[in-house]
Amino acid sequence: MQGLTTHKLSCIRGDRAVFAGLDLEVKPGRALLLTGANGSGKSSLMRVLAGLLPAAAGHIEWEGADISEDPDAHRARVAYIGHADPLKPSMTATENLRFWARLYGLDPAIEPALYQFSIEHLADVPTRYFSAGQKRRLNLARLAAGQNSPAGPTLWLLDEPATGLDPGAVSMLANTILAHLSNEGIAIISTHGGRLDELIADHADHFTLQTTGSGVAG
Amino acid sequence: MFHRFANPARFSRIAARVLPWSGAATIALFIIGIYYALFASPPDFQQGETVRIMYVHVPSAWISMACYSFIAVMSAVALIWKHPLADIAARSAAPLGAGFTLIVLITGSLWGKPTWGTWWVWDARLTSVLVLFFLYLGHIALTNAFDNPQRGARAAAVLALVGFVNIPIIKFSVDWWNTLHQPASVTRLDAPAIDPAILTPLLLMALAFTFYFVTMLLVRMRADLNAMRARALRLSAAE
Amino acid sequence: MIGLTLLVRRELGLALRGGTDAVMAVVFFVLAAVLFPFGVGADPAMLPRIGGGIIWVVALLAAMLSLERMFSADYEDGSLDLLYLSPVGLGTLALAKALSHWMTTGVLLLIAAPILALLYNLPVSALGALFLSMLLGTPILSLVGGIGAALTLGARRGGVLLALLILPLYIPVLIFGAGAIDGAVAGRPIAPQLMVLGGFLLAALALAPWATAAALRQAIE
Repeated sequence: MQGLTTHKLSCIRGDRAVFAGLDLEVKPGRALLLTGANGSGKSSLMRVLAGLLPAAAGHIEWEGADISEDPDAHRARVAYIGHADPLKPSMTATENLRFWARLYGLDPAIEPALYQFSIEHLADVPTRYFSAGQKRRLNLARLAAGQNSPAGPTLWLLDEPATGLDPGAVSMLANTILAHLSNEGIAIISTHGGRLDELIADHADHFTLQTTGSGVAG
Repeated sequence: MFHRFANPARFSRIAARVLPWSGAATIALFIIGIYYALFASPPDFQQGETVRIMYVHVPSAWISMACYSFIAVMSAVALIWKHPLADIAARSAAPLGAGFTLIVLITGSLWGKPTWGTWWVWDARLTSVLVLFFLYLGHIALTNAFDNPQRGARAAAVLALVGFVNIPIIKFSVDWWNTLHQPASVTRLDAPAIDPAILTPLLLMALAFTFYFVTMLLVRMRADLNAMRARALRLSAAE
Repeated sequence: MIGLTLLVRRELGLALRGGTDAVMAVVFFVLAAVLFPFGVGADPAMLPRIGGGIIWVVALLAAMLSLERMFSADYEDGSLDLLYLSPVGLGTLALAKALSHWMTTGVLLLIAAPILALLYNLPVSALGALFLSMLLGTPILSLVGGIGAALTLGARRGGVLLALLILPLYIPVLIFGAGAIDGAVAGRPIAPQLMVLGGFLLAALALAPWATAAALRQAIE
């Protein structure tokens, strides 16, 4: 069994079942595009897959083994992009990026990662001067930094990664994802449609989360 | 044992069956206990009639401490086994414990006026109870500080365990501080000599308070469960 | 260990660039202590008697002021998620945050404390007790405070709530910290108080990061 599979995965937030009985399968080299209305549980699913949220029921397997058997190994293979950009305003782009890379035990060159999202000219600028789109680019450059490291993460969990990006940046993101997929990586991407979906469509499957809970594979 | 009551529906059924009995026992015990406390026991040869405050003060102190231990145990159960009923039990018990703690403080103050001539003395025990009262208030405030009630319950559970570990430390510190700063002439709020004439009403009242606590706890837990069910119904109706 | 140094260096770097934030706690510390003589009178015989207690009370409040920010920025910008997913672990994070908080608050209070000793007319013989009690006591404030900071993440009225949660837990430190200074002023031995404080510190070092990590875990969910 290769890649990531979920079995009857359920999640409860407060008193409400966000999704229930979810069966997903993503093979290495493939992306899964996750769609669904607001409140259908895309973000919760992302957080459950990352191990940030416990599942109420069901389990997640990586290459046939339950991830709860070795949570540290699972965390090591996850790259997670959430809604917020975890950047410190008083630190420069390079400092922000280097901190996260070192904390994750990676030691990549920072310059190429910035270059991959065309923000190399901002390398020594504190991020408080960044626009929202530039912050998002820098956040996404974490993916590139991981990609340039020998033991970078294999499972990318991207929660609406294209938010605030201009078309050029969306292409850069798509190229980064495609490079990851061609490297036998996996990406699960929540999205509301758009250019990113079209650019990686050849390597992606679709899955729609229903507000009632269970989803429909498409 | 927990698993037997883990099912909220079964808990509600059991609670509904227990409640009339525990309610009746509470009333009966209070009638007998108050009779003994007010009429069938002698006044203290030193403190006179004011000693009767003890029959409320001491049982409340016992319950207020037992209740915090109960909350700590329920919090551990909630955190380790993630039992929803344990969360509810802790959440329901906290205001009761705070109420009993307040009774201890008020009766202690009422007792202090005729005994020591002031409404408040920084007696080691009363001071510890005062700190316990603040621990209760913190627990209640934290439980209700979040939009997501589950987050509040879990945070309060961690706090209850931290508080539980700290209570002996606080008690030790306050006792040490008290021996240093208090004149030795102050008499302590003790059950004086344990005379059977005093012990009977004291135990009866303690039993009455315990039954009252259990009854109110069941009532509150049931109300909480019903409120949760109503919220879930509203949510599913909205979808 | 590498993670701990990395996190502490980041915290200190951020605090340094934050500029006046860290200094504000010390200014509050001195200002609050200056208020008391206006309220209770400046009798030179009384000041040394109440000085130890007042210095410790305002130290608790000053340390608490900066607690709220311990995790809140990381919580709001999503850094906490990434810190949790990193190999470093929440226990180490909690320790690093408490250590950084102490270095940016406790150490500064320690440095400013002799000024207050001067204002309160404390005898020179009590300065050692003041310094040692604060050296042992202020890290406890950061460690235990971290639990409260983690518990109140995302709460309404976090600041007031934090005070309600944490101040009762600070009482033992206050009692023995002030007790050590009072003892020194009165010429009594102060070793017992300092040893108790040292015991508290060891217990807090062992238990507080663990409790903070549990609280952070709840906040992330």
